[in-house]
Amino acid sequence: MTDAPDVRAEWPLYEVFVRGKRGLNHVHVGSLHAADDAMALSNARDVYTRRNEGVSIWVVRADAIAASSPDEKDPLFAPAGDKVYRHPTFYAIPDDVPHL
Amino acid sequence: MTDRESVYDGLLGEDTSQWAFGTSFEDPLAGVDTTLPDDVDAPVLAAYCLMLGDDALVYSHRLSQWASNAPDLEDDIALSNIALDLLGQARLLLARAAAADGTCVPVLLQGSPVPAEDALAYFRDEADFRNVRLVEPDDVGGPAGDFAVTIARLLLFSTYRLALMERLRSSRDPVLAAVAVKAVKEVAYHRDYAGRWFVTLARGTEESRRRLLAGLGSVWPLHDELFGAHSVETLVAEQGVGVDPSTLATHVDVVLAQVLSAAGVEPPTLAQVGPVAGGTGRDGRHSEQMGRLLAEMQSVARAHPSGLW
Repeated sequence: MTDAPDVRAEWPLYEVFVRGKRGLNHVHVGSLHAADDAMALSNARDVYTRRNEGVSIWVVRADAIAASSPDEKDPLFAPAGDKVYRHPTFYAIPDDVPHL
Repeated sequence: MTDRESVYDGLLGEDTSQWAFGTSFEDPLAGVDTTLPDDVDAPVLAAYCLMLGDDALVYSHRLSQWASNAPDLEDDIALSNIALDLLGQARLLLARAAAADGTCVPVLLQGSPVPAEDALAYFRDEADFRNVRLVEPDDVGGPAGDFAVTIARLLLFSTYRLALMERLRSSRDPVLAAVAVKAVKEVAYHRDYAGRWFVTLARGTEESRRRLLAGLGSVWPLHDELFGAHSVETLVAEQGVGVDPSTLATHVDVVLAQVLSAAGVEPPTLAQVGPVAGGTGRDGRHSEQMGRLLAEMQSVARAHPSGLW
């Protein structure tokens, strides 16, 4: 099979996001290889939700994700480190409001 | 950790209602009403449960041989999942057979801790197995081992089993009906998985298509046996607890024709494997590979007959 000119040596990488329960956000759980979107969804179901973890799956080609660079860490995130007044810490949060 | 940090948290929390059959592995039929309708013949029902259970058990073993050998990690897990689904169905069906008619269970040493469904799986001999021969060939090890063969066989088997389980949901036996409801969801995925790979391989490279066609050709001769009604199947169908497989053939043909047409593959015109000594797999007449399969599957349990697992 490897001698066919239009066959890639390896399938593209996909990132997998699973929603654990209704009302929660999708959370990144890992990555996998697949030939196309449909196969990626199916593989994600088999690899990441076989222990009843999810009610919804997103997959996205890893090369379609724009990511921040570790080199820019300080300019991007350090300025927020000392600005405590940006946190809504002055409100009482009721005990029976979950996932806040 | 909070829910935002890990989706794996709290899986086995206080609320176990999300697990359809509970979280205990002690009694497979716990909480299920095993009373038979008055006019149902218990030994016949047990024989029927063995047929459906053995199909799942033997095929589960074949599929499990792919573990660590599949073309890639994702399909390794997919095939293992399918094998486990079928093993779960086998366990319930063999437990049902034992509950309906205890005389079908091999007699072990006094005080043996082996549950009835395990005794059926691991201490019956080849001639007592009632599975169809389609589930027997070794498509993993040896020169015949090929993922394309596995996909072709999984397509034939899961298309048949899904059609069967859909009808079995209205069985008059509450246990069979419950098993079928669970199985339909599982086998629908098995068929979908096989169908997608079938089309992918058929429309992939020249080599993948060649292998798929060879694989389809190798399992096709065992296809008609699925729809030959054994006298037990005819009886359970008359009593409203089982399905006459000959009535499934038309539906299965339509589904297969759809997949084959999407894959651009013509149905093979190969001679079907006939009965051996007047019987088929449902009569306990199996292919030569069945003995080796059972030897491997049963060896650990038989070497430690009073072992606890």
